[in-house]
Amino acid sequence: MVGDPDMCLAIPGQVVELIDDKKAMVDYGGTRREANTIYVKPKLGDWVVVHAGFALQIMDEEDAKETLKLWDEALEAFDLHQRE
Amino acid sequence: MDFKLRDRNIAKKALDAIRSIGQDIMVMHVCGTHQDTLVRYGIEPMLKDVGVSIRQGPGCPVCVTTGREIEAAIELARNGKVIASFGDMVKVPGREETLASVRSSGGDVRIVYSPEDVVKMARDETDKEFVFLGIGFETTAPTTSALLLDDSIPENVSIMSYHRTVPPALEFIANAGEIKLDGLIEPGHVSMVIGEEPYRFLSDDFNIPQVIAGFEPLDLIMGCLEIAKQKAEGRGELINIYERVVKPEGNVAALNAMKETFVPIDIQWRGFPVIPGSGLGISREFQDKDSTRRFEDELEEVWNLDIPEPAGCRCGEVLRGLIEPMDCPLFGKGCAPNTPIGPCMVSREGSCNILHRWGRDPV
Repeated sequence: MVGDPDMCLAIPGQVVELIDDKKAMVDYGGTRREANTIYVKPKLGDWVVVHAGFALQIMDEEDAKETLKLWDEALEAFDLHQRE
Repeated sequence: MDFKLRDRNIAKKALDAIRSIGQDIMVMHVCGTHQDTLVRYGIEPMLKDVGVSIRQGPGCPVCVTTGREIEAAIELARNGKVIASFGDMVKVPGREETLASVRSSGGDVRIVYSPEDVVKMARDETDKEFVFLGIGFETTAPTTSALLLDDSIPENVSIMSYHRTVPPALEFIANAGEIKLDGLIEPGHVSMVIGEEPYRFLSDDFNIPQVIAGFEPLDLIMGCLEIAKQKAEGRGELINIYERVVKPEGNVAALNAMKETFVPIDIQWRGFPVIPGSGLGISREFQDKDSTRRFEDELEEVWNLDIPEPAGCRCGEVLRGLIEPMDCPLFGKGCAPNTPIGPCMVSREGSCNILHRWGRDPV
């Protein structure tokens, strides 16, 4: 993934070190790489989406977990509605 | 972090729900990674089975870069500049050659991961003139802005901005009416930068259902379900189901950097005519770092060249969403990822390349 710079990277990385106010070390499942943090201010342990060496958004882990629950509930509701 | 957004039960329920809505719809998305997910996980045929056709459209930055733009970079490489580019770009043909072939005949063409790599190289090699090719949509444009805004970048670096923006292209497609456009899945990572507002006119003015979606199989299936529902009810609304990454306002710092460094320009996209306001030209304030101005004389002829598409290549129609890769007679017959004829097969974000890589053996 890190060697594949053209793709919109869909896999987030985790901030494992805050180097200074413009740099953080990001771990992508074992591969580490510095990311520029001028556009977002992650905390240690945050998951970030990085493009072309720049962190562009912090991923909300709770929201990610919640998404699946909401979808499952929505589909259950849809299913019941269809059967009525 | 495991998002478990591949839950088969939920996928099945969602597909059943789409089937029960009973709409026969055409959905466009504009992102190589969405296409990768659709093909790699075999979701495209599942969706087709429940009435949803889905096509990538112009969502491949390398693909939509024109032959003329590539020829301009080739011209500068021939004239001794170091061309620094993201990977796939170097394999797309200009008039006759590619940047890769110029490199094999002695040109200095380098693949970089980030605009910042160019700065490091230029500091180490002060006797050379470096040109960074800024390619990509709103996701990579802020990274080029950072380079423009950095006062400390060496004099021997300039930037060729080939950046383009997604909403004007979608407006063009909606206005052109060439395909039945029942819904749009908006690109997750472009959206993480620009937020929700720039798409809203497509729902307000064209009544198109739109979903901002992430890149897991369920993101895309749920996105299609939302579009099918809206279509059945005659609604066209913008829904964000990628809230875990996309904030309504986008990334304000990145947007401000873009506003400061770029101005919208009218620019041609491969397969399209000139699309008004769809390009990001470097603003006047930063013109000393703009390669098109720094090398204006050298490039004058290139901008007037008429560069035909490779013979038989239907990449332009793939990019407009008019045909699928399999409809091109060259697909898999001479045109393959190792021997690409057109940019849709060159780029790892191109529909043809993705289908060739995964299509026959989905995960």
